Amino acid sequence: MGDAPANIFAAVSAPASRTSELSLFVLAVTGAIFFVVFGLTIVAVVRFRRRDTDDGREPPQVYGSNQLETAWTVVPVLIVLVLALTTARVIQSIQGVTRPANAIDVIVIGHQWWWELRYPGLGIVTANELHVPVSDPLAPTPTWLTLLSADVAHSFWVPRLAGKTDLIPNRVNHMWIAPTAPGVYVGQCAEYCGTQHAKMLLRVYVHPRDEFERWAQAQRQGDPQVPSELDAVVAGRRVFESNACINCHSVAGTVGNGRYGPDLTHLMSRATLAAGAAPLSPETLRAWIRDPNGIKPGAHMPAMKLTEQQIDQLVQFLLTLH
Amino acid sequence: MTGEAAVTTREVEARFWQRLHEWIVTVDHKRLGVMYVLYALLFLLIGGSEALLIRLQLVAPHNTLLAPQTFNRLFTLHGTTMVFFVGMPLIFGFANYLVPLMIGARDMAFPRLNAFSFWMSAFAGLLLYFSFLGAEGLYGAGSAPDVGWFAYAPLTSRAFSRGHSTDYWILSIFLSGVGSIGTAVNIITTVLSRRCPGMTLGKLPLLCWFYVVDSVLVLVGVPPLAAAQLMLLADRFLGAHFFDTQAGGSAVLWQHFFWIFGHPEVYILMIPGWAFASEIIPVFSRKAIFGYPVLVGAVIAIGFVSLSVWAHHMFAVGMSMTANTFFMVATLLVGIPTGIKIFNWIGTMWGGKIRLATPMLFCIAFIGQFLIAGLTGIMLAAVPFNWQLTDSTFVVAHFHFMLVGSLLFTVFAAFYYWFPKVTGRMLDEKLGKLHFWLFLVGFHLTFTVMHIPGLLGMPRRIYTYEPGRGWETLNLVITIGAFFQAAGVACFLVNLVRSLHKGKLAGPDPWDAWTLEWSTSSPPPEYNFAVVPTVRSRRPLWDLKHPEDPDWVYE
Ligand code: HEC
Ligand SMILES: [Cu+2]
Ligand SMILES: [Cu+2]
Repeated sequence: MGDAPANIFAAVSAPASRTSELSLFVLAVTGAIFFVVFGLTIVAVVRFRRRDTDDGREPPQVYGSNQLETAWTVVPVLIVLVLALTTARVIQSIQGVTRPANAIDVIVIGHQWWWELRYPGLGIVTANELHVPVSDPLAPTPTWLTLLSADVAHSFWVPRLAGKTDLIPNRVNHMWIAPTAPGVYVGQCAEYCGTQHAKMLLRVYVHPRDEFERWAQAQRQGDPQVPSELDAVVAGRRVFESNACINCHSVAGTVGNGRYGPDLTHLMSRATLAAGAAPLSPETLRAWIRDPNGIKPGAHMPAMKLTEQQIDQLVQFLLTLH
Repeated sequence: MTGEAAVTTREVEARFWQRLHEWIVTVDHKRLGVMYVLYALLFLLIGGSEALLIRLQLVAPHNTLLAPQTFNRLFTLHGTTMVFFVGMPLIFGFANYLVPLMIGARDMAFPRLNAFSFWMSAFAGLLLYFSFLGAEGLYGAGSAPDVGWFAYAPLTSRAFSRGHSTDYWILSIFLSGVGSIGTAVNIITTVLSRRCPGMTLGKLPLLCWFYVVDSVLVLVGVPPLAAAQLMLLADRFLGAHFFDTQAGGSAVLWQHFFWIFGHPEVYILMIPGWAFASEIIPVFSRKAIFGYPVLVGAVIAIGFVSLSVWAHHMFAVGMSMTANTFFMVATLLVGIPTGIKIFNWIGTMWGGKIRLATPMLFCIAFIGQFLIAGLTGIMLAAVPFNWQLTDSTFVVAHFHFMLVGSLLFTVFAAFYYWFPKVTGRMLDEKLGKLHFWLFLVGFHLTFTVMHIPGLLGMPRRIYTYEPGRGWETLNLVITIGAFFQAAGVACFLVNLVRSLHKGKLAGPDPWDAWTLEWSTSSPPPEYNFAVVPTVRSRRPLWDLKHPEDPDWVYE
């Protein structure tokens, strides 16, 4: 679906595909009802409209009909019965699944206005761009999401993978996905969560199994390979470590271990900046550090009033965080 | 010469103040009804302008017309205004005016409570907008509320909503609730105790039946909301922790409270629409309403079921499978009495001689649009489908089919139908038809199309969106539709103002109708009926006009 990359009917994962089948069934049933009832309305209006040749007499008065009333009560009852049973089965097939032993666990924590992503089994912490393995329908390796919130209510929605589940503070929610086709799937926060609700975007990368392993290997916390020969990078690291950046951001191997903002250890492995507010590039990074509100008005990162030189050095440092 | 002129100016002035005074201190149900409706129209213009701004911002991706916070305030005000300060006063205005007239009474049961309720609602609306001036607070973070019309916790807590905008929102909704409860009590009492001789409950005009059910829903639904507002106020000012998640409070609790009100509220707003349609469709089809007892039964059934479906707004909060299934079934059940009603309206038209005057045009469009709203409601009830659709533009389209496509269309029908009674003059048919077609085209450009971006993954309440998701053209069309609707409303307002002075004289019964309000002059005298009428059937004026074939023989 090049045209509409978040089409709910272009499902590539189990909950979304089961949902899409159910949805098409419900659409067919309601569509049929629409044509019958709307058709009757049109027929009534056209057939019984008053003609120019009308004699001015009142039509015969009919007050009701028990047979008709019974008929148009029983038929909807039957339709409701069919819809309820079908829907209940699909609810069961999505919510009733127990977590298989080989599932990948991810804890998703909603923040105003970005996503914290933690893989407890793999020791990975990242943000905004979720990476998961393809799940072979014959030997499924679904991804199990535990949904939490650090502040207000958010909602996790990647339409081609699954419907929404909310992330609510002081509450633990779960959902799962089992994508069957590699690719990048987009979505975004779907519960109004304040000023930048619109720029709380999500990307899910579905990798073939071996590619996922390589990604996970590269992401495992550890020293970022800082080529310390470069003066600018060393200086940039110093700027980072001697400013409040470290209170809000973690970079493994530095003194930065803040958790208020996204983990930056592998920043450059992401394609976007600040939950999709801009593509990630040296220019946008520079603009972001100079004034986060210029890119994402209201974002909870302050403009640090650094000099242009400091910003340049910082960006040189950040660019090494692969 | 100059002295004389001075005297007349002073006289005119004095008369103006006297008339204003009369209106302000009035307890007459008709004047209060008119005031409710005018007040609603004023807020309709405000809420409508907010909608136009929202649509202008969304006309293209990455548009920068409005700042994010401005946009968030606009949709919060738009929703709150339209539900509490347009919808509610409109339905109460019509109830006030019509219920006593239709049951042959001289006023509501509690005229002073009636005036009190009106002024409470009126001040509540002003309080909401006073937020613009008063909300700055200590942090300078004020201005209008930006928490959304259902104000999910904990976004409304002090930590996330500084200043006083949320407090104004809380107080204004609380006050409007006080007004609504007063009016509901009044309507129920009036219908139960003020009917004219001969009017048994089985002969009560359908409109009055529907309003009784409606008022019962107000009495059940509004107090939980008022309670929740007080709890929220306690959280914000007294250090309570009902919804304060950081201190162990529950965000989901607020959602339950809100929707225990919010779902019945949908029906509170919609039942009067059905009431108007059930009065207008028979008169313009020249036939008695088809299946009167079944319609009464259906609306009572809907009233009951609507109390047990609130959590269908919460399928995505992670409820248990059992709860999800229960609320799915309960919601689907609403479809049955709803279907019955539509069939009875079609049954009324069937075999009649349909006059396609403006009120009827709005009613016919209403049937089609209400049907669609019901069917998308079924889609939203199918829980997994709901997980995709909820909080997307699809759901926005769905409830605008209800509130605009169904309620507002029947309200317009009601305006064209009862305006002659209220003012003694007809609304202009040509302008009326122009109003109808502009609004119909605009409505479908906007809201039929709005379903699709939701299916393509577009959430609601976003101030901007990414290009390349297949949403651009759709949003452009939606915005164009909004301006067609605005043009339609402009025609309507011009029509109201012009017809007030220039409209054709109506006479007591311009539509050849059958209920009691058409038996008195237009506008009715202050005491409504010189002699309290006595009725023998549901259509007293039909009996009068057709003594050879009266209704009471069959009922
Ligand atoms: C008060 C806490 C705070 C401070 C101090 C802070 N940031 Fe941030 N930062 C954030 C938050 C919160 C976000 C996420 C904003 C969003 O997406 O809405 C963020 C986002 C970022 C991002 C984008 C991350 C991503 O994955 O897209 C970068 C890069 C960044 N900050 C760098 C810095 C640097 C460099 C400094 C120091 C000059 C700094 N930050 C200081 C809170 C902070
Ligand atoms: Cu969010
Ligand atoms: Cu509902």
